[in-house]
Amino acid sequence: MNRSGVLDWPHLPPDRGEIARYAGCPGGVLPPLLEECLTEAEGVVKNRVAWRCYPVSFTEEGLDLGFAETASRDLARNLLGCENIVLFAATAGPGLDQLVRKYSRLSPAKAQLFQAVGAERVETLCDAFCREFGREIPLRPRYSPGYGDLPLSLQRDVFAALNLEKALGLTLGDNLLITPTKTVTAIAGW
Amino acid sequence: MTVRERIRSGFLLLDGGMGTALQRAGLAPGEKPETWNLSRPEVIRRVHQSYVDAGADLILTNTFGLNRFRFAEGELRELVFAAVANARAACSGRDVLVGLDLGPSGRMLAPLGDTDPEDVISAFRQVIALGEEAGADLVFIETMNDLAEARAALIAAKEGASLPVIVSCAFGTDGRLLTGADPETVVTVLEGMGADALGVNCSQGPDSLAGIVKDYLRYASVPVLVKPNAGLPRVENGETVYDLEPEAFCAAMRSLIRAGARLVGGCCGTDERYIAGLRRILSEETPVPLTDQKRCVIASARKTVSFGGDTVLIGERINPTGKKRLKQALREEDFAYVLGEAVRQEEAGAAVLDVNVGTPEVDEKTLLPRLIEELQTVTDLPLQPDSSDPVAMEGALRRYVGKALINSVNGTEESMAAVFPLAKKYGGVIIALTLDENGIPATAGERLEVARRILARARTYGLDERDLIFDPLAMTVSASPGAARVTLDALRAIRTELNGYTSLGVSNVSYGLPDRDGINSAYFTLAMDAGLSAAIMNPLSVRMIRAWYDYRALNGRDPGFQDYIAAATRYTLTESAGSAVRETGDVATLREAVEKGMRAKAAALCRDALKEREGLTLIEEEIIPALNNVGEGFEKKTLFLPQLLMSAEAASAAFEEIKASASAPAGENGPRVVLATVKGDVHDIGKNIVKLLLENFGFAVTDLGKDVSPETVAAAVKKTGAPLVGLSALMTTTVPAMEETIRLLRRECPGVLVMVGGAVLNPDYAREIGADFYGKDAMEAVRFAERLRAEKPDTKTEETR
Repeated sequence: MNRSGVLDWPHLPPDRGEIARYAGCPGGVLPPLLEECLTEAEGVVKNRVAWRCYPVSFTEEGLDLGFAETASRDLARNLLGCENIVLFAATAGPGLDQLVRKYSRLSPAKAQLFQAVGAERVETLCDAFCREFGREIPLRPRYSPGYGDLPLSLQRDVFAALNLEKALGLTLGDNLLITPTKTVTAIAGW
Repeated sequence: MTVRERIRSGFLLLDGGMGTALQRAGLAPGEKPETWNLSRPEVIRRVHQSYVDAGADLILTNTFGLNRFRFAEGELRELVFAAVANARAACSGRDVLVGLDLGPSGRMLAPLGDTDPEDVISAFRQVIALGEEAGADLVFIETMNDLAEARAALIAAKEGASLPVIVSCAFGTDGRLLTGADPETVVTVLEGMGADALGVNCSQGPDSLAGIVKDYLRYASVPVLVKPNAGLPRVENGETVYDLEPEAFCAAMRSLIRAGARLVGGCCGTDERYIAGLRRILSEETPVPLTDQKRCVIASARKTVSFGGDTVLIGERINPTGKKRLKQALREEDFAYVLGEAVRQEEAGAAVLDVNVGTPEVDEKTLLPRLIEELQTVTDLPLQPDSSDPVAMEGALRRYVGKALINSVNGTEESMAAVFPLAKKYGGVIIALTLDENGIPATAGERLEVARRILARARTYGLDERDLIFDPLAMTVSASPGAARVTLDALRAIRTELNGYTSLGVSNVSYGLPDRDGINSAYFTLAMDAGLSAAIMNPLSVRMIRAWYDYRALNGRDPGFQDYIAAATRYTLTESAGSAVRETGDVATLREAVEKGMRAKAAALCRDALKEREGLTLIEEEIIPALNNVGEGFEKKTLFLPQLLMSAEAASAAFEEIKASASAPAGENGPRVVLATVKGDVHDIGKNIVKLLLENFGFAVTDLGKDVSPETVAAAVKKTGAPLVGLSALMTTTVPAMEETIRLLRRECPGVLVMVGGAVLNPDYAREIGADFYGKDAMEAVRFAERLRAEKPDTKTEETR
């Protein structure tokens, strides 16, 4: 894959086991209602990914990620031995947020299932991106702002580095949360 | 020639990319390009100069992201003035226009995001007013990927300045804006608000934008703009390059110019070579004349409805007149019930929904805008706010992301002076009632005259036939046997004499008569035959819906009778048009239906059971035992959250039947609980689940929503006298707001119990911030609340005390 880019990502089949987990049914049987939700969700999911590679270096204060510096020890542990990172943002689009909002007023059960479907969709997208990217370069497990001691405030730098407002139509609120909410930013090293 | 005339007069060549040019000049990633207006003015002037030298007629200031969300208030003025001066400096001595450039605010507007649309409007308005003061010739709103924000920017432009406005959107590869609007809807909404030109920019190269541009040209009466990227980006040696060279770019642009695009330029990746190429093409081509599309059309954020073809069905059900349950719902701001009515009408086949909240005890000025906002989250149908209060109407139109059907104006000067300016500013087609200071005229001829006067007055506001739908007023036929005929005659006269669109509140004809649907549907058919453009009617009435299909089939508008046959199967006369039952499986009792989470079955079984048993008995013997059973299963982890919620929904459906029945338990029996997601937090799914379950278990819930200030919570507790408050927070960053809310409650509402929940909390943390109880899930919250019923509210619990 290119060292940077923005792509519409093709449809990915849903992982029902993961949806069950996010919906609070560990190993549980999912209701038939889920199939209805999956059909409704299919038409509104818009997978898009933006990414860019940077060299990473270990400094006295912590890490120079190429687009920002951080003192995160947890990320440093994750990237130990790596020379490069790919910074990426993956989004399933605003459609699922719209469905969650709609059904939170009409059917909380469906709202909760759409929430779970959304979580699964964007995680599956991240996995698909890392797998595709990792075909040529085996990657370490991805790591996101907000994990461990990696501060959420790094999102500001991620937004600037990937130009996410324009590239993916994302917005970052004062509370450092991203809209659409079914969006993940992450770093994976090699 | 004025700037507005110049926008309409022929070709206008715009500039090329600014951002990419500055990156080439050394702008660092993350550095704000707008700061260069002051720190590197020579670079900015050089870029402007290159476009002026290439032949541009209109250049855009380097102000794409300049607003108070990204810059300190104190910096804005100086930056706007510097940006306009830099552009002016480049066009000295030449007749080149300077446009104040504005991109997205960087905020997502509520309800999708967390920013109040009024904040976005005022942020844009501030910069636009500065731009006019600094001497910009027009406002250029660009790269909008959300129709709500494009609309907010256009409102701001009208309020902040008197300059012409061009609005340009950025579309995805699926041909829609990020938030779902297609080109037809974008054109309908923004042209309706009075944009001087509309178009597309950025997104893609000119070849892949062709379909979108052609849609614009098909629907727009204003000039159309195209300002694409130089194809698709890729990275070479660490630098972003685009794949279309000037020749290929210009060749693709030539075909769009021949198709009718008149304002052209380039966006990301284009430079002065592209603009010079376009200049040559424009000198060889002739502008395609503008076409007045004469469309009478309204839209929601994602859907357009036009008048003049099949009669448009407008659902009348959201109107409290004569509806006890709806009145109660509006009074209690129980939106779930009202939104359910909306969805039922949509499923039954309505194309537009009337929204009327006029009932005593509610404040229409705040309730109508709120309900309009809520309705947009559950339905894609265009809405028709219905109010005689201009303040309520303006509030509704401001919050409506679309082009509304405005119900209504009449022939009195007072009404016209209030309503026409609103339609002009916010866009909208207006229902015009043919009555005036002297009341409703008795004859068709006089109603036609009122219509004629309304149209003449509308023209003085720049509105015309396509902006009005005349309602010649369906009257109660049992009170005056000739009345139905007069209305039909007036309808025909308005069609033929004024070439006007028409609408009727059909159901009015049958007041006082039995079997109203029968005479309503016959009258509806007669009116359709007289050329009715729209009907305000009850879409849940099978006879009314069937009359519509019958009429189309009989008039050759349903080739092969496909729609008629589908309708005949779908709408049988014994079944209400709105009920779409999809559940399968056998259950015999209400209790079982609730336990299995079957919503429609629970409602149907409850309806049947109410014929023989009291509502209260059903609650005590069927619903509550079922919920207890499910709740215990959840606590023992034999069943999970989705099942619990589905049971709760089934119980709600049953309660709804009991409320609607004669044997409804009088008043509210359960103790009251005030619920809120705390200030700064917008995650309310958990809180909504708690609300649903508490209501199921018989508590009266006051739901304050999300992002609620401590003061609002305290005020609600004082007002309702609630003994229990539930607060939720998902984020660590909002726990302090929760703590502050509890502190205020302790001070202002002594004795009230506070339970808290949310992902970041635990019993210790809850105790630390002063809560009485931490509920790890919704059932725990219910169990805690139930102790209120058993004991006295001042009981302190062992969990945290």
